[in-house]
Amino acid sequence: MPQSFPEDSVGIVTPQTICFDQPLPLACGRQLDRYELIIETYGSLNADASNAILVCHALSGNQHLAGYNSADETKPGWWDSAIGPGKPIDTNTFFVIGLNNLGGCHGSTGPQSINPETGKPFGPDFPIMTVPDWVESQARLANHFGIQQWAAVVGGSLGGMQALQWAIDYPERLRHCLIIAAAPKLSAQNIAFNEVARQAITRDPDFNNGHFYENGKVPKTGLMLARMLGHITYLSDDGMREKFGRELREGKLSYDFNPQFEVETYLHYQGERFSTAFDANTYLLMTKALDYFDPAADYGDDLAAAVHNARCKFMLIAFTSDWRFAPQRSREIVDALVAAEKQVSYAEVDSDHGHDAFLIPTPRYMDIYAAYMKQVANDIPSTAKENN
Amino acid sequence: MRADLEIIQEWVKPGSKVLDLGCGDGELLSYLHQQKQTRGYGVEVDHDNITACLEKGVNVIEINIDDGLASIDDHSFDTVIMTQALQVMTRPDQIVDEMLRIGKECIVTFPNFGHWRARGYLAFRGRMPVSKFLPYTWYNTPNIHFCTFKDFEQLCVERNVHILDRTVVDNQHKHHWSIRLWPNMLGEVAIYRITR
Repeated sequence: MPQSFPEDSVGIVTPQTICFDQPLPLACGRQLDRYELIIETYGSLNADASNAILVCHALSGNQHLAGYNSADETKPGWWDSAIGPGKPIDTNTFFVIGLNNLGGCHGSTGPQSINPETGKPFGPDFPIMTVPDWVESQARLANHFGIQQWAAVVGGSLGGMQALQWAIDYPERLRHCLIIAAAPKLSAQNIAFNEVARQAITRDPDFNNGHFYENGKVPKTGLMLARMLGHITYLSDDGMREKFGRELREGKLSYDFNPQFEVETYLHYQGERFSTAFDANTYLLMTKALDYFDPAADYGDDLAAAVHNARCKFMLIAFTSDWRFAPQRSREIVDALVAAEKQVSYAEVDSDHGHDAFLIPTPRYMDIYAAYMKQVANDIPSTAKENN
Repeated sequence: MRADLEIIQEWVKPGSKVLDLGCGDGELLSYLHQQKQTRGYGVEVDHDNITACLEKGVNVIEINIDDGLASIDDHSFDTVIMTQALQVMTRPDQIVDEMLRIGKECIVTFPNFGHWRARGYLAFRGRMPVSKFLPYTWYNTPNIHFCTFKDFEQLCVERNVHILDRTVVDNQHKHHWSIRLWPNMLGEVAIYRITR
């Protein structure tokens, strides 16, 4: 301590918590009377608040997008590869906000928060959140900062779904929408994987119907299994072959049921780590938000009709080996946007990293990302004025 | 700007909806948007070209033209353009059909293999023509379906394609009186405006 950070890092970042007292009505019919959102910001907001970028997180993400919360932190935020000075989302140009969504477990109001009605943690009684609910809460976050219109709303996977929902719900409030490795809705296969993950959690004896906080125990086994399953769907067959092959930890078969292939050890490690760091109720909630996402449902299953009022420009990026949200799923969104005569670009990046590819800074991906963000920067009204 | 693009832009109506197949770095679409307030998309597969399009704000979609157009609605574009790419398609005839399905009008440009230099190369050297304009050898060329003006016009007759406009230019994409006189021999690039 204090260690030095790379030049293109945003460095030390301190999260902040913002309280909202205006009740938030939710899709499930309930409402949150008051709630808190924990956020991190990078770069500085310009005078007319026109250079702001909202980054929405995926299933297990949070507000910590980039940089380090302390000098001791060994790994930077989850999208550090894309956010920082000189990176695709250049913090010299943009003011970037990352938040933990409602229902999360990193500091925003969620299942671990105290339910004012009972004085105990919400646990499983925390209302089911949907993508439109999140977008509404994010819109209030924009109001808090006086941001009338985002320069862009950006997200990968479930984060990309929030970006798409933004374009539908608040067409006037964003100029660009970046949807990366996402889908217009989950397939039966996607929902099936989520359900197995949920069953792993809810059938863990320590889950206690979600009221496990009181017991001082967490459903570690269930959460671990859920994460192991999830991880398989984030990687590709080729990627796993490349990374693990059939390598054995001890170099020989042990003729018992202990993990011995490298891939087994890896999954155990990932599951173990996650099971102590993540909240089981949040995991259930996030998978439900994914399952429920279907913006076309309100428009007779016509996605082109759903995006009809959108006014922003769209950029979609998909990855060839992503089988969780395959390129074809992104193409469905592109086709709908083309049919609705919206401005859209689409790139399909060759990658062995499966769904995880959206977090990995491969050269072509970063080139595309940076090129598009250049366009986003050019469309900042105040910058345009200065340049004239 | 490339001279064939200069000619093309004269044929595109202001405010129209344009699809540019094989849009390159987006030069034509960018120009059309600025000068004629057109809207639309480019289709491209070359990585550097896609990046160039994104930087200048041209909508570009990375799909393979040979199989990726099926999802686009009939007559959903005013003009579908394909410049210097017909000869690299697996089935140029099917692409022309697809273009005419999507667009009310289409503009196609391609190198003329009936040009005297190409004829001379084959006739006198007995080898597949290689020139500054067509710099590839037979085994590495992306140009797998060459045709002449006459061949293309024959295709139009067979497929009931109506030719609205045609012009030919030379190597420097210039018109010359002699080209008009003997287009299949002297024209190097053909530019057609077609409909069905």
